[in-house]
Amino acid sequence: MSKWKKVLSLAAAASMTMSVMAMNVSAADNFMIGGIGPLTGETAVYGIAVKNGAQIAIDEINEAGGVNGVQLEMNFQDDEGDAEKAVNAYNTLMDWGMQMLVGTVTSTPCVAVANESVKDNVFQLTPSGSAVECVANPNVFRVCFSDPNQGIASAQYIGEHKLATKVAVIYNSSDVYSSGIYQKFAEEAANQGLEIVSAEAFTADSNKDFSVQLQKAKDAEAELVFLPIYYTEASLILTQAASMEFAPMFFGCDGLDGILNVEQFDTSLAEDVMLLTPFAADAEDELTQNFVAAYDEAYGETPNQFAADAYDAVYAIKAAIEKSEVTPDMEASDICDAVSQAMTEITLDGVTGLGITWTADGEPSKAPKAVVIKDGAYAAME
Amino acid sequence: MSFLSYLINGVSLGSVYAIIALGYTMVYGIAKMLNFAHGDVIMVGGFAVFVSVHGMGLPTGAAIVLSIVICTALGILIEGIAYRPLRNAASPLAVLITAIGVSYLLQNLALILFGANTKSFTSVVGFGPFKLAGGSLVITGETVVTITACILIMVCLMLFINKTKTGQAMLAVSEDKGAAQLMGIDVNRTISITFAIGSALAAIAGVLLCSAYPSLTPYTGAMPGIKAFVAAVFGGIGSIPGAFIGGILLGVIEIFGKAYISSQMADAIVFGVLVVVLLVKPTGILGKNIQEKV
Repeated sequence: MSKWKKVLSLAAAASMTMSVMAMNVSAADNFMIGGIGPLTGETAVYGIAVKNGAQIAIDEINEAGGVNGVQLEMNFQDDEGDAEKAVNAYNTLMDWGMQMLVGTVTSTPCVAVANESVKDNVFQLTPSGSAVECVANPNVFRVCFSDPNQGIASAQYIGEHKLATKVAVIYNSSDVYSSGIYQKFAEEAANQGLEIVSAEAFTADSNKDFSVQLQKAKDAEAELVFLPIYYTEASLILTQAASMEFAPMFFGCDGLDGILNVEQFDTSLAEDVMLLTPFAADAEDELTQNFVAAYDEAYGETPNQFAADAYDAVYAIKAAIEKSEVTPDMEASDICDAVSQAMTEITLDGVTGLGITWTADGEPSKAPKAVVIKDGAYAAME
Repeated sequence: MSFLSYLINGVSLGSVYAIIALGYTMVYGIAKMLNFAHGDVIMVGGFAVFVSVHGMGLPTGAAIVLSIVICTALGILIEGIAYRPLRNAASPLAVLITAIGVSYLLQNLALILFGANTKSFTSVVGFGPFKLAGGSLVITGETVVTITACILIMVCLMLFINKTKTGQAMLAVSEDKGAAQLMGIDVNRTISITFAIGSALAAIAGVLLCSAYPSLTPYTGAMPGIKAFVAAVFGGIGSIPGAFIGGILLGVIEIFGKAYISSQMADAIVFGVLVVVLLVKPTGILGKNIQEKV
């Protein structure tokens, strides 16, 4: 028995050494791009979209000859939307030889990973980590809007377009994304002459019954209900509002994106729902059309904004590599310094906005777009 | 008027908890184990209906029957493979941990089979809503059906346990497994039947839960399952009318807490009430205080 064990462990050790050697060989040839996001678990939709969107961009770039003639290689690890697993995934990727990181997808793991990547000084670009803390470190940038920006932009949009004056809010107090947007929305609403007539919360543990929140909004005669939440709960809210014959305007942020993809959802319930999102798959421009077509061909789906954010993230990395002229034989830390500097100098025409620039704080600067749901599809708002 | 409307919503939510709690309490009462996978069997029931209606084009009635059959088989399978070998394990914790394992297994299998995308469940209830008081009070068809089903199931279960031979065997097993075996009762078979009934109830609960709150994901059953477990403890775990009362009370407290105290604190209020009840009456509202005989 013990003899066999010895042989086995020797074989295992040998194969490990081999694989380590194999990694080092390819590391010098290609840019090693790591990816982290939830491929399983409750937020798997977002992680899978990011992985797919990033993969399309990488395939396109490699097919066109790479970045400065160097190919990109992606390794995407699952974090199940969990901070601890995300840090494990990060360590796995560092062992693999990661030089730049696209991730993570959701905010809480993103903050945890950012605290690790700053120690190693590895460049990190999150497609969709929208909490403020995600980009607190100088080596981290993001593609999406931050939560506060979404809250402010929503209030401004409602105010400037005079959609309503009496506004109710239903938000998820157990979620940084949702409560972060709500707080900034409430602050900005005062400046825009909006009156918040009811602001009711729910938590991840009681997210089935919204009758109370809706009843309060109805009793307060709200003209518009602001929903800074994710689409799963929103689909329940729309259904329950319809059954109690409460028909205000509904306005949401990028978390509502995906509501039309809920299988068997009666999309007539979402008619006229407005949402602030950086990406509309039905946009007419060539860039969006090409991306949507490529995504549909590869995965048989219409991409959501997470896929779009990831697509832009990879192209932003490409632009920053070209600008800083880093090479794959450089240390990850040196690449990080050069690429972080280059990020503030590039301008990207992406699918989530034209002429995107980045500040040294890691925040993107781009115009928010609003879409409205008409006949079961997103239509651009003026 | 909004008070009445909150009350109705509370009873509606509570009856969903109650119907899930019935399955929990039944399995606990007889097999003396907490089947934490119960909530996930509910999810399987929901998916079974969803797939057979939208994937195979079966009529709703047939889909519900199919779902009950699938869940019953699943319950017997889980009990036979995962719980039975551990029934006489040194620590009662072993089977509890296994139950949690089964729960994650079911969630992840569903994730692989159906994906993480939320599915919108089409209600199986074809009538309603009823409008009272000039439209300011709305009672949905789902509420009516859930409450009716809940009461009906409770009555049937009590009749079954008290009037049939199998039911009596269950009572005997719950009192003392060893003595029951000596009296010629097949303990394994009795516990299997318990799980079969519990899982069939889970299928019905799944259909009603998804009809009332029409979103279906692999995690749909988890949280209602835990709330229903609380309801069962609240009412006195092991007691069938207790599960019903516990469920309804939990729903009403949750909605009233949200409406009149704070929507952020709803869960804290619910669990706070649970703590108070258990301090005053450790066995729950209808729980029996069984003295260990020495």
